[in-house]
Amino acid sequence: MSGYLESVLVLLAINAILAYAAFLPMVAGQLNLGVAAFVAIGAYSAGYCSNSFSVHPVPAALAGTAVAGAIGWLVAFPILRTRGIYLALATFALNQMVQGTILNLDVVGGASGYPVPAHIGFAVVAAFSLAVILLVFLAFRTRFGISVTAVSDDERVADLMGLSVRGLQSAAFTAGAALAGLAGALYAHHFNYIEAQNYGVLFSIYIVLYVLLGGTQTVYGPLLGAAVFTLLPELLRGSAAWRYVIFACLIIAIMSLRPQGVILKRAWFSK
Amino acid sequence: MVLEIRNLSKHFGGLKVVDDLSFGVARGERLALIGPNGAGKTTVFNLITGVYPADSGSILLEQSDITGLPSRYRIRRGLARTFQNIRLMAHLTVIENVMIAQYARAPGATAMLQPVGFGRANRWRAEARAALAEAGLDAYADAAAGTLAYGIQKRVELVRALAASPSVLLLDEPAAGLNPAETEALHQALEAIARRGVTLVVVEHDMQFVGRLCSRVVVLNFGCKIAECAAGEIHADARVREAYLGSEELA
Repeated sequence: MSGYLESVLVLLAINAILAYAAFLPMVAGQLNLGVAAFVAIGAYSAGYCSNSFSVHPVPAALAGTAVAGAIGWLVAFPILRTRGIYLALATFALNQMVQGTILNLDVVGGASGYPVPAHIGFAVVAAFSLAVILLVFLAFRTRFGISVTAVSDDERVADLMGLSVRGLQSAAFTAGAALAGLAGALYAHHFNYIEAQNYGVLFSIYIVLYVLLGGTQTVYGPLLGAAVFTLLPELLRGSAAWRYVIFACLIIAIMSLRPQGVILKRAWFSK
Repeated sequence: MVLEIRNLSKHFGGLKVVDDLSFGVARGERLALIGPNGAGKTTVFNLITGVYPADSGSILLEQSDITGLPSRYRIRRGLARTFQNIRLMAHLTVIENVMIAQYARAPGATAMLQPVGFGRANRWRAEARAALAEAGLDAYADAAAGTLAYGIQKRVELVRALAASPSVLLLDEPAAGLNPAETEALHQALEAIARRGVTLVVVEHDMQFVGRLCSRVVVLNFGCKIAECAAGEIHADARVREAYLGSEELA
């Protein structure tokens, strides 16, 4: 496999995990614009583990996942007290805070970036990605899948029907944070270099766009969105200067033709 | 008494919506809560199910005090309700709406991770499908709940409430907006539910419907109980006539 093709496939695998990191909170009704913060937390803490304690990169990646999940669980308490656009703003602010903190943390290189020499190869990244996809698919076949949608549809009624609204919201936010952390940790160990500048709100918005483009109604949507966002710019490489213009036009076209996302629940058509 | 309301009060700002209200419901009974618009009937339901906290007084379910209990624990103890304005989860299918309420019977982390989506063989899905079939709604099982006609949605709400296996079912205007045929079907369905031993508390304006279904009536006006009598005697009560029709002297 050529180096180029492998890089594209690794990015595809990581972006699929990222899409679910944004999808999980979104299904619970939360627009998380701080996904990149958790990617950074996962990347830096996993990198720190393998650099400073010479932990094998795979357990280090799992540690990064755990740290991102734990921080996600903690910040969910204040953040989930807000709703809608205010929740989006709170996560936006969180992203800025985390990025700013890392830029000033000299122990992980601050603004000059952080090399992570320990390597995780394509096969392991792909295995993690497939495992995440499988887990999310399975989770949405359980009571959790319909319950989390119920909570975003009508919190009051979900509560009256016996669901723990806050518990489900917190679980979705935390699981999303952990997945973002995993994606960051895998990225750090595959490309061996991370830079806090890359984990800004713009990156969070990109990740959210994967989900919005693919559609939030099914578990297939985010996967398609991540694939389009990863592969389309590569396929358009032929027209060097114009590729991002063409790409943007295609995104706008898809969004206006299918505002609910490309993949819809089949039930939408019956009636 | 399966459900007992003692000296319950609730005010919104300066407005007393429920004022020192007391009544009890015996096991298996069918009680109607009637009164003019704004009398506080839906607020009483909202207090019983924990949508609003009570200002004072207490609510007892099966002899235990549930006044301060969060809503989700009340349905887990057997207190289910339907809504005056239909509130199905619009983004779930009909069968998923029904499956949501099953959780109240056996809540917990393991129950939350139960598979419910693997085809027709799944126990919970099969049960929900059977309940829908019994109500004549199996054709709509996989339709998005938000796309269905009003009358269908009302029937789905009833199936959903029953999926929690309640011992007490609160119905907020179940017959409102239904045509005579639908009202009759609703009556039959509620008779069948009551025969299974479910206690019914009904808020309803259709007095004919109330007369046929319910045995006892509690009449509210401005948040106060102004009468409590057998369903057949309701028209004889002067206070009730006054609350509904205005006093005869003034007329």
